[in-house]
Amino acid sequence: MKKRSTLIALGLLALFVVFPLVERSDYYRHIFIIALMWVVIGSSWNLLAGYTGQISFGHAIFFGVGAYSAGICTTKLGISAWWGMLLGGPMAMLSGLFLGWICFRLRGSYFNLATLAIAEVFRLVAIYWRNFTEGMQGILIITSFRSKLPYYFLALGLAALCVFSISRIMKSKWGFYFIAIREDQEAAEALGISSFRYKSLSLMVSSFFTGLAGAFYMNYMGFIDPEVVFSLYFISIMAILVAMIGGAGTIWGPAVGAFVMVLLQELFRSSFFGYAPKWVSDAHALAFGLLVILAIRYMANGVVGDFPRILNLLTRKKPMVSGAGGN
Amino acid sequence: MEMFIQTLVAGILIGGVYALIGLGMTLIMGVMRIINLAHGQLMMVAMYITFVLYEFLGLDPYYSLLIAPPALFLLGVAIEKYLLDPLLKIDSIIPQNQILMTVGIGMVLTETIRFIFHSDYKSVKTSYSSSTFMIGPISWNVPMLMAFALAVLITAGLFFFLLKTDTGKSVRATAQNKDAAMIMGINAEWITQLTYGLGAAMAAAGGTLLLPIYYLFPDVGGPFTLKSFIITVLGGMGSTVGAIFGGLVLGVAESLGATYISMALKDAVGMVIFVLVLVFLPGGLKTLTRV
Repeated sequence: MKKRSTLIALGLLALFVVFPLVERSDYYRHIFIIALMWVVIGSSWNLLAGYTGQISFGHAIFFGVGAYSAGICTTKLGISAWWGMLLGGPMAMLSGLFLGWICFRLRGSYFNLATLAIAEVFRLVAIYWRNFTEGMQGILIITSFRSKLPYYFLALGLAALCVFSISRIMKSKWGFYFIAIREDQEAAEALGISSFRYKSLSLMVSSFFTGLAGAFYMNYMGFIDPEVVFSLYFISIMAILVAMIGGAGTIWGPAVGAFVMVLLQELFRSSFFGYAPKWVSDAHALAFGLLVILAIRYMANGVVGDFPRILNLLTRKKPMVSGAGGN
Repeated sequence: MEMFIQTLVAGILIGGVYALIGLGMTLIMGVMRIINLAHGQLMMVAMYITFVLYEFLGLDPYYSLLIAPPALFLLGVAIEKYLLDPLLKIDSIIPQNQILMTVGIGMVLTETIRFIFHSDYKSVKTSYSSSTFMIGPISWNVPMLMAFALAVLITAGLFFFLLKTDTGKSVRATAQNKDAAMIMGINAEWITQLTYGLGAAMAAAGGTLLLPIYYLFPDVGGPFTLKSFIITVLGGMGSTVGAIFGGLVLGVAESLGATYISMALKDAVGMVIFVLVLVFLPGGLKTLTRV
């Protein structure tokens, strides 16, 4: 069993390595790069929320901090934004520690609210601290490569590293502690698991990878501004969606969700590649919202989590299980 | 000194309306134990209803108080009944899916309005929109004063409802202990729908009162969602009296921030207060009074 899943993972990786060599269109390569970036963000969010049970509405903080670390390397230090790939992760981790210090004393809705509010503070700081962040003007750098290939392989490497590390973590002692905290924090505490320490560890890993994704975004897109990288809807909520559509609390869920979400978004943004009337692309944000509602209502455990149920629906058998296990 | 008093007056006036909007969220928080992240967006929908009535029928915004809040009450009841309530029966790994649902609802409301009315700024220019009068050296803005007075009136009405009527008592009972309330024969499902509807109606009333003063655009809701949860946390989650003080404190703090720090950082002042309250006074203002 263990060998089989490793084989599947390696096979997938091989497919992804071959893909850009076969598909030469920059457009599709771009979509895959963005989707791979979302694999990283979705999986990181999933580690904290799906496995440790701490639903963050503030992952834009880490993405933004990572992106700005890279951007500021160029604007203030005058060195290449690629140094941000080294700096972005640790900086995001620091902001994660700060977030945890404030928020982990809170539970449930209070925690959600606090992460959301602190994310807003970061966004406002990025907007108004003009001397440091250039404010609404944003940061523009010259990207290093014209070809998409180097970015593609970098994104693929990041995604593979992220998914691999998280699956390793979830098989270690840490992983069991995380799940114990998600299932019942009091019981976990009673067994001697320091919930604050392990929630912080989970948050640190999660923020580190999200920061890396942010730094990658800066290098790839060449332009960031606070409304993009600290956006509540298009980063924090999107991270939640990616994990939820795919299946929170599963290793492969966020990866599947990232591709589903990015492809769907692109379908709407381009009015189904020009086949649908023009107003469809005006409504792409509306479709995004409707998708949130439908996903939560009918697919609470995502494509991966509800896979048996979806399979049953497709083969028209009576459903055997209602929703995946757990409570 | 005059400037200080003027700032204070402006803050308290706007704070009254904030309190009204925040009260709606606090009610929902009390009964359903969730934060309603569609709150400001519901308010925005009410503002557009008022705007349409004014633009096409020439109806004064204050008369819309009789139309927009009831309309939003119905919308709120429908949202609770068909979208939020069914989630309680779904088994999911993520426990806070009701909150996520409100996020989705908020997005759909904003985008639907944007789809219909586009992103342009609209405003309702009434004869009294910019009229002011002076008492001593302090100038009073007429629509602000009207908004404050009506907000106080509506708040008083809500308190009468919660304290004196049977249905109101059922709402409070459900907020205190849902299971016990159900054992006492209270239809908790209906009370929850009623509460969400009421919360939406309060936000709608607040929005309608703000319309003669504010510009209107589809994204106006977001900041008000943030404001109302700052108020809810400031007052102590689920405490209605706390929410009133929370609203006033937020109004005054924003006003002081706008005058003495920077107009642009007005919104950040609220966030900073929010984080400070979470760190130093997690129970909100409620804990200071022990009521």
